[in-house]
Amino acid sequence: MRDPAPPTRGPALSAKDVVKRFGSVPVLNRVTLSLERGDIVALVGESGAGKTTLLRLFNRMVTADEGEVSVGGQPVQSMNPVKLRRSIGYVQQEGGLIPHWTVLRNAALVPRLRNMASPDNLASMALQLVGLPPDEFGSRRPRELSGGQRQRVALARALAAEPEIILLDEPFRALDAITRAELVETVQALLREIGITALLVTHDIRTALEIADRVAVLRGGKFEQIAPAAELRSSPASDYVRQLLYRAGEAPAGEAPAGEAPAGEAPAGEAPAGEAPAGEAP
Amino acid sequence: MTRLRRFTRARWAGPSTLWVALALFLCPVPTVAQSEPITVGSKPFGESFLLAEIFAQLLENRGLSVERRFGLGATAIAFQALRTGAIDVYPEYTGTGLVALLNQSPEGSAGDVFRIVSREFRERWGAHWLPPLGFENTYAIAVRTESAEADGLRTLSDLARVADRYIGGFSPDFIGRSDGLPGLQSAYGIRVREQRSLLPAVKYEALNSGEVDVVDGYSTDGRIERYDFVVLEDDLGFFPPYQASPLVGRRLWDSRPDAVRALSELAGLFDEEAMRALNRRVEVDGQEIEVVAREALTELGLVAGPAFRVVKANEVRSGSLGAYLLARRAEILDLTVRHILLVMVSLVGATLVAIPLGLLLERSRRGAEVIIRGIGLFQTIPSIALLAFMIPILGIGVVPALVALFLYSLFPILRNTYTGICDADLATVDSARSLGMTDGQILKYIRFPLAIPVIMAGVRTAAVITVGTATLAAFIGAGGLGDPIVAGLALSDSRMILSGAIPAAVLAFLVDGALGILQRIVTPSGLEIAG
Repeated sequence: MRDPAPPTRGPALSAKDVVKRFGSVPVLNRVTLSLERGDIVALVGESGAGKTTLLRLFNRMVTADEGEVSVGGQPVQSMNPVKLRRSIGYVQQEGGLIPHWTVLRNAALVPRLRNMASPDNLASMALQLVGLPPDEFGSRRPRELSGGQRQRVALARALAAEPEIILLDEPFRALDAITRAELVETVQALLREIGITALLVTHDIRTALEIADRVAVLRGGKFEQIAPAAELRSSPASDYVRQLLYRAGEAPAGEAPAGEAPAGEAPAGEAPAGEAPAGEAP
Repeated sequence: MTRLRRFTRARWAGPSTLWVALALFLCPVPTVAQSEPITVGSKPFGESFLLAEIFAQLLENRGLSVERRFGLGATAIAFQALRTGAIDVYPEYTGTGLVALLNQSPEGSAGDVFRIVSREFRERWGAHWLPPLGFENTYAIAVRTESAEADGLRTLSDLARVADRYIGGFSPDFIGRSDGLPGLQSAYGIRVREQRSLLPAVKYEALNSGEVDVVDGYSTDGRIERYDFVVLEDDLGFFPPYQASPLVGRRLWDSRPDAVRALSELAGLFDEEAMRALNRRVEVDGQEIEVVAREALTELGLVAGPAFRVVKANEVRSGSLGAYLLARRAEILDLTVRHILLVMVSLVGATLVAIPLGLLLERSRRGAEVIIRGIGLFQTIPSIALLAFMIPILGIGVVPALVALFLYSLFPILRNTYTGICDADLATVDSARSLGMTDGQILKYIRFPLAIPVIMAGVRTAAVITVGTATLAAFIGAGGLGDPIVAGLALSDSRMILSGAIPAAVLAFLVDGALGILQRIVTPSGLEIAG
């Protein structure tokens, strides 16, 4: 039996006044965010800003302490978490592929979990979509792939069941600059082509501006600004956002903000080593 | 017919197919009934082996069938075996019965001691001391002749004067028993400068070479005469009388008067001189104990006429180890097969329990550490003690040995299974859960396969430990390669020890290698350790 996709009335993803604490430390402090169908939104912020925590609210890997989280207009609390997760694509920074499964079997995971017809065909199509011809790559093991290829498999795995929503948690983080640029290009084109609703977590504002319709800047568990890329560039809402843009080379020269520099974030183009867990105090 | 084969013949029906072997192997220990064999046991030293063989041959000569369970771990194990009916008779010493088994203070004449143990054993356990064989085998505290001359030592009181300059080499038994070193200390005030725990097999050599200055020996030991030693006189009469006697269990006493009558014929036939000479033939000259036993019985007129079996020429301990092993390859092979069965059955059992238990504990991690550590406690129990504890419940033989080996194997497999399952790659588990795998699916498709190399490492550790520990199973009569090791230690025959120890070492090596191959086969491709 095929799991029914969640109903799609109302916003595809919505969080309203959400509070999440780890211990007594609030990681998300009254956060509100909404994505319509087909929206592509990037969550940007420093380590510990709460990006990943917010992302994981939507597939119930994290449960909110206060506020309301809904998917397709339906509160996630009312949904079976396993069914919910199977209906949403997910990619994380290390790919998380199953090492003893072939590429094809990895990509066919969700269709198979959902008992969909011909999961291998769906997996092949998805691999083709991410630029890995299944004839060449399908029978390899993850260890026999490059880092970029592994992330492409993870992307194919997230897309194979043709979900309406995909969550991407730092999918480019562990890659070198050239591989990253290629994959960013692929993801950008792909998300628009299939018209999927996507929420992307990244520490890199340039990637965010490149891929997303809207960029949401999180700092210390609160949004500094949520705006379309162009608006963010032209009128940053705070010194913090201005500083982020400047540091990433996305603000015109001579507009160097006088405010304090965002701490702990490396310049764009270099992946900082390891993000702190979401529970870290801002 | 060699010594080794005699020890094992009754327990092990010889080469056969694996399945027949397994069936025989798992047969329960028989109980005594008219048609069933009488089980003769012994403790693990030369004189006990020899007396037990004499008992066995005498019974066989009277037309009774006999099963031999020689070399049982220590006094406690042999007596437990007798009490629970796992053996029917073994040679024991009245003083040992008084002090080590009844926990009474060592005093009284030989006659007093015999009366006390006879009454107490009958009332408490239904066990019976048959009339003594005629000799006493008391502790003999020995020093080198040169130290005796230099320090003017003749008695234990003399030793007390100079003991603070002496290094003692004592058997573990002697160090612990109240009729041993502790009693000696309070009776004579003997306090040695330093004491070392030495097995009987090496004690005399250590004294002779000057490693130690004083040892405990047995007065009938055949080896003392071989060296230039002086046995010090027990001038205060501290040691109780240790009269040797067949100690008979309840069932034999009640149901087999013929056997009891036959064993009673040995009463008073062996004096100390005779016993020392017999021991000497076994322990010093290296003659087969069956030959020595048969000739002793013939000389005493208890066995009529020529031997009913062809007795081959006395074998003297010469010839290379290689030739020895070659000559005994059939028996060694039998013992090895039995050893492998012991290891295999316990290891397979432990694997079948530990792996599912490890998987189960992963699902309820709260109690997991407590349970795993609890099972780890078995690891801290010395094997010989664990084997002894099990005799009251399981008797002696294969079953308690299997249970002990099973318990020892459990921990490494369980610990590795649990650790391997819990520590499975976090990113893989997290993304699988995020994509909608249930906990059960994660366990089956991810955690378990990822843990296989770690689990197999645990199985390999357990296997090597078990191959080694299984040699101790000989102490409770389970057979295997421990048989020649125990017998060789008792009889001071290093070639016999090696004929068990070498195959056991080779076996450990091969088992680990074979499991390494199995590990490569069962490890899912993609998880091999990158080389």
